Amino acid sequence: MNFEEIFSELKRKEAKDCDSFICEGKDLVNTLEALKAKGYEMLIDLTAIDHGVEASPRFSTIYHLLSLGEKNYLRISVDCEAREEPVVPSVVEVFPAAEWHEREAFDMFGIKFENHPDMRRILMWDEYEHFPLRKDFPLAGIESEYPEQDVVERTDLKVKAAPMAGGPFVADTAGPMSQTEPMAKDQSWTESKPKKEA
Amino acid sequence: MSEVKEISIGDTGARAAGEKAERMMLNVGPSHPTTHGVLRLKMELDGDIMTKVDPVVGYLHRGDEKIAENMTYNQFVPYTDRLDYLAPLANNMAYAIAVEKLAGVEVPARCQAIRVISAELARISSHLLGLGVFGMDTGAWTPFMYCFTEREKLFDLFEELTGARFTTSYTRIGGVTRDVKPEWLEKVLQFLKEFKRTVDEVDALLTRNRIFYDRCVDVGIITKEKALDYGLTGANLRASGIDWDLRRDKPYSGYEQYDFDIPLGSKGDCYDRFLVRLEEVRQSANIVEQAIANLPDGLWYAEDAKKIYAPQKDKIMTSMEELIQNFMLVTQGPQIPEGEVYFEAENPKGALGFYVVSKGGGVPYRLKIRAPSFCNLSILPDLLPGHMFTDVTTILGSLDFVMGECDR
Repeated sequence: MNFEEIFSELKRKEAKDCDSFICEGKDLVNTLEALKAKGYEMLIDLTAIDHGVEASPRFSTIYHLLSLGEKNYLRISVDCEAREEPVVPSVVEVFPAAEWHEREAFDMFGIKFENHPDMRRILMWDEYEHFPLRKDFPLAGIESEYPEQDVVERTDLKVKAAPMAGGPFVADTAGPMSQTEPMAKDQSWTESKPKKEA
Repeated sequence: MSEVKEISIGDTGARAAGEKAERMMLNVGPSHPTTHGVLRLKMELDGDIMTKVDPVVGYLHRGDEKIAENMTYNQFVPYTDRLDYLAPLANNMAYAIAVEKLAGVEVPARCQAIRVISAELARISSHLLGLGVFGMDTGAWTPFMYCFTEREKLFDLFEELTGARFTTSYTRIGGVTRDVKPEWLEKVLQFLKEFKRTVDEVDALLTRNRIFYDRCVDVGIITKEKALDYGLTGANLRASGIDWDLRRDKPYSGYEQYDFDIPLGSKGDCYDRFLVRLEEVRQSANIVEQAIANLPDGLWYAEDAKKIYAPQKDKIMTSMEELIQNFMLVTQGPQIPEGEVYFEAENPKGALGFYVVSKGGGVPYRLKIRAPSFCNLSILPDLLPGHMFTDVTTILGSLDFVMGECDR
């Protein structure tokens, strides 16, 4: 398929492994819709890149489409204008598979996807403040003004540890999501030690 | 006289259908046996029927992609073991091929065949767990024990091949760590003979089992359109009737030489997903037998890739050239040229993809892991509502996911 002739919005980019194109953010949804109609029916992967703190544009989102009929992959990259709070249109309406992928890209890079039905973090906890896959995020984590003492003692890093809420019986049942885990609320009594009458 | 109040089930139903219906929020997981790992489901229930499901993932997130940006290509191999920890050999292979594609390295035919053998054995091991646990999810204990007995034999084989039962780290960029021995291949063939009997027994115990049948048929139907929309891959995609297998359609590592069938489902329900996996195990055994019968001679690593694959130990000790080469490799990592590549391999859980961006040197600039379990689970909010709560176990079991890979 000669993509440039059909899709004037696409600019070819050199790549060895598959057809690769650059697309403008405003044309993205329409282009993907048209490509879907042309047989690129699967959004196989969606991710983002941070080109570096100084680079311009700093962020790109990358879409990998797959055509089962032509047995061909297609890569489309979209550059984001903004440096600190980049915004890209969401493609969830065209490919529902994008919903979790876009949440992940938001979680890791802080890229907002416009018109996404549910723009929340997915892998990190809701209260987390940083975007770990940005290039200015250090591997050990960002130092916090109010670190947790036991973590400091053990690691010499002034960081906050991830909430232990994932484990069973460690969190409260009310409050934000990361703390709303199932637990035995009152652990003062057990099978062997009966509960005191009020 | 006490008053007797008649309550008809119809009333409850009518109440439920109305706006005043009582909905119950139920939290399942993250530590719960049906979730096969740390998956958490927040559900809204209307009686026994789910009306809304919100999966919460990320409890096993370790930041593999960030870690990858901070170490050399070969140092990342052990991290790939821990993606789909039920089939580490297959992950090793997918990662190695992705980087080799970027570097433009061709590995010898023997290396390709060894990788195929190991990846297919990994598929057998992963599917055995998938089938056994699925049986257990629906109430059948015996098939699980049969499957685990066979997996144990497989792990002995893996240990003999790589030195580790689970965390194999068998590949390096440009080859595998060591050659296979003829005695090991004999043992593999012996295992395949025994294992086929077990698969037949599992088949006999489950496929026509009335309880199993009733719990699986017409439960969790994924239509073709839905499967494509949500980017399902692997056995789950094929169970929905879509004829797509990367081993045949985008062959890598010499898969085009082997003759194997690709089982397809017709409806996309839990039963189809079970049947597809059951047949895939047999086909994998078939591929391994072919690969062993036609195992080419030669080296198990790309000899020309001097800046990528470390020289052999005896050479390092005796030759200056190789010593320097080894030193450079260990300190700076395999030198991969600038560029980007996307490669997917047909893993037991689906298509495991690596998107690698290199700016030259021994460390990837960006490495994205396309985890099949992550994509396969993203269909849950669409798939589960409308089902009974008891079907959650069946559906999750039939999707056969691994959280280590989903959360990365």
